Amino acid sequence: QNAVSALRRREFHRSVTVRDALNQAMDEELERDERVFLMGEEVAQYDGAYKVSRGLWKKYGDKRVIDTPISEMGFAGIAVGAAMAGLRPICEFMTFNFSMQAIDQVINSAAKTYYMSAGLQPVPIVFRGPNGASAGVAAQHSQCFAAWYAHCPGLKVVSPWNSEDAKGLLKSAIRDDNPVVFLENELMYGVPFEMSEESQSKDFTIPIGKAKIERQGNHVTVVSHSRYVGHCLDAAAVLAKEGIECEVINLRTIRPMDVESIETSVMKTNHLVTVEGGWPQFGVGAEICARIMEGEWHVSSQTSCSTQRLQSVQNPMQKFKFCMCLREVPD
Amino acid sequence: SGKMLSNISNVLRACAQKNGAAVVMSARTYADFTTQATFEIKKCDLFKLDEAPATQVVMTRDEGLQYYRTMQTMRRMELKADQLYKQKIIRGFCHLYDGQEACAVGIEAAINLTDHLITAYRAHGYTYTRGGTFNMQIVLLRGGIAKGKGGSMHMYCKNFYGGNGIVGAQVPLGAGVALACKYQENNQLCVCLYGDGAANQGQIFETYNMAALWKLPVIFICENNRYGMGTSVERAAASTDYYKRGEFIPGLRVDGMDVLCVREATRFAADHCRSGKGPILMELQTYRYHGHSMSDPGVSYRTREEIQEVRSKSDPISMLKDRMLSNNMASVEELKEIDVEVRKEIEDAAQFATTDPEPPLEELCNHIFSNNPPVEVRGTNPWSKLKSVS
Repeated sequence: QNAVSALRRREFHRSVTVRDALNQAMDEELERDERVFLMGEEVAQYDGAYKVSRGLWKKYGDKRVIDTPISEMGFAGIAVGAAMAGLRPICEFMTFNFSMQAIDQVINSAAKTYYMSAGLQPVPIVFRGPNGASAGVAAQHSQCFAAWYAHCPGLKVVSPWNSEDAKGLLKSAIRDDNPVVFLENELMYGVPFEMSEESQSKDFTIPIGKAKIERQGNHVTVVSHSRYVGHCLDAAAVLAKEGIECEVINLRTIRPMDVESIETSVMKTNHLVTVEGGWPQFGVGAEICARIMEGEWHVSSQTSCSTQRLQSVQNPMQKFKFCMCLREVPD
Repeated sequence: SGKMLSNISNVLRACAQKNGAAVVMSARTYADFTTQATFEIKKCDLFKLDEAPATQVVMTRDEGLQYYRTMQTMRRMELKADQLYKQKIIRGFCHLYDGQEACAVGIEAAINLTDHLITAYRAHGYTYTRGGTFNMQIVLLRGGIAKGKGGSMHMYCKNFYGGNGIVGAQVPLGAGVALACKYQENNQLCVCLYGDGAANQGQIFETYNMAALWKLPVIFICENNRYGMGTSVERAAASTDYYKRGEFIPGLRVDGMDVLCVREATRFAADHCRSGKGPILMELQTYRYHGHSMSDPGVSYRTREEIQEVRSKSDPISMLKDRMLSNNMASVEELKEIDVEVRKEIEDAAQFATTDPEPPLEELCNHIFSNNPPVEVRGTNPWSKLKSVS
């Protein structure tokens, strides 16, 4: 009977690329709420620079899917203004590197406004696009902005790994009444993942602010986000052969960070490795280490915990080669 | 005969008081005043426009009294803010609007409260015309709990999007509000203000482009008060014809010290937007009596003579007062009465604000996120946790 139900479950699992999962999320939310619209460079007639918005302009037209000129500061500001006046924009940056031109609008106009107005003026906007390293695109196109945006109160920062993450988190981000920075990864767009039947429903959302344990283990906690979760799982598989069981945590959300999940895991394993694509100084891993050192765990536990950060090389290019670095972590 | 009547009434009134009789006497009934008059106003300079705002305009007595009261209220409010700032009751930044009253009042006279407006940090006047009571404003200036944690630069109310501190950033925001108006097909428009200093910001040109491309119902208004902080327009802009800087957007240059000029030009601009023609640009030539902010005396980059000249020749309130008196639309006493009432209201508001208790620490972290369950916010050390409610 188990085999039959397993088979039945398998029938409803579909292989969906991250790109298609993002596309589905936007399609469903555009359909569900007419205040939602997408704007950015090449999102409409080009079907998206990375084809993430393929088919949406054809289906929804000029009003809901808007091609913008190359004016990040201008169109990000326009998107924020539209959000203030009652719409729910999705503002795409072709890559987050270009968001630096518009960062004032993201932080000062979007993130801080609800606070400055003491709750009078919400800003329900999503800023999304590919973040971090791609394939050989050089220094100016490879920066990871997770740490930059996660530094700021008033913003939520989300970083999905697989298709389920992408779809569930993007839908949550669009439905959230706050500004959300949604960091995708270009190299993940074409990667297929099995999606459960539940995750194919039009109402499937993943809560923002909750991490996921992708793999249980007792020996070392490995925390990561975005593409590098996959690398961690691969490394964990290799280490398992040597008898080292990694607990791999997929952060899913950078801000607000689910520190409790990490703490619970570290209390079990006493070893922590953080893995990310950004630069080490003042990065996501640095924050995790600081929080763990300050936190409940540290106070209650009698044993010491070793922590290590793995991240991209600290040069402008952010090339990241994950070469069995976990091996070098001392016992 | 009017003067004679008022003289007689004054004497009678004095006698009545001496005799202890409480007599309400009015020498002039309101039927004596002109209910409306036509005024000739200055022509606007035009850019890429075939038609122009009217130069012969009608103002009713009621409108005149309302403009007078509103401008006088704004004037007194700013002077009170000056006083409170010097008493250290208001802290932080404080950018005063006195001298520019005709802009805010003229604009509001030509649009509806259902339209939208956004401006930069010299925002007290607009907060008032958009519906923020000055009770609320003075409390906010003081940093009170009522509504707002931004002080002078960040006051909001319905269809008024602040109060923005980053120079120029409000312009794309305003175009975004206009996009929402067009999207929602509600026939509303957005008035989007910026100064002569901000007019050189790149994001404004990006906004001009998109607003024109998408025909957004936005009125861009440059309040040219001749100085961006301490830099005069000649030292900041290669072209000081701010009404032409929209290049492909039609423009108007307007006398910003005359409330009727501002009103007519805004009416014209609003019609332009609402007829689907897209954005339009207005430059209001105006002047601020105070320095850039309360930390600027305002005389190192301009002469006291210049300030005095504008005050004596072009003051918006005096101009309106002269018009009304010389056209028999109001009496000196009536206007004085308004002055007295306004002064008292502002005094009361200041009193209220000064005695209003400071917000408690519990308020510090509220309103970080909208529609969110309560969260804990880290305080200044790892063990201090503050609560944040939506």
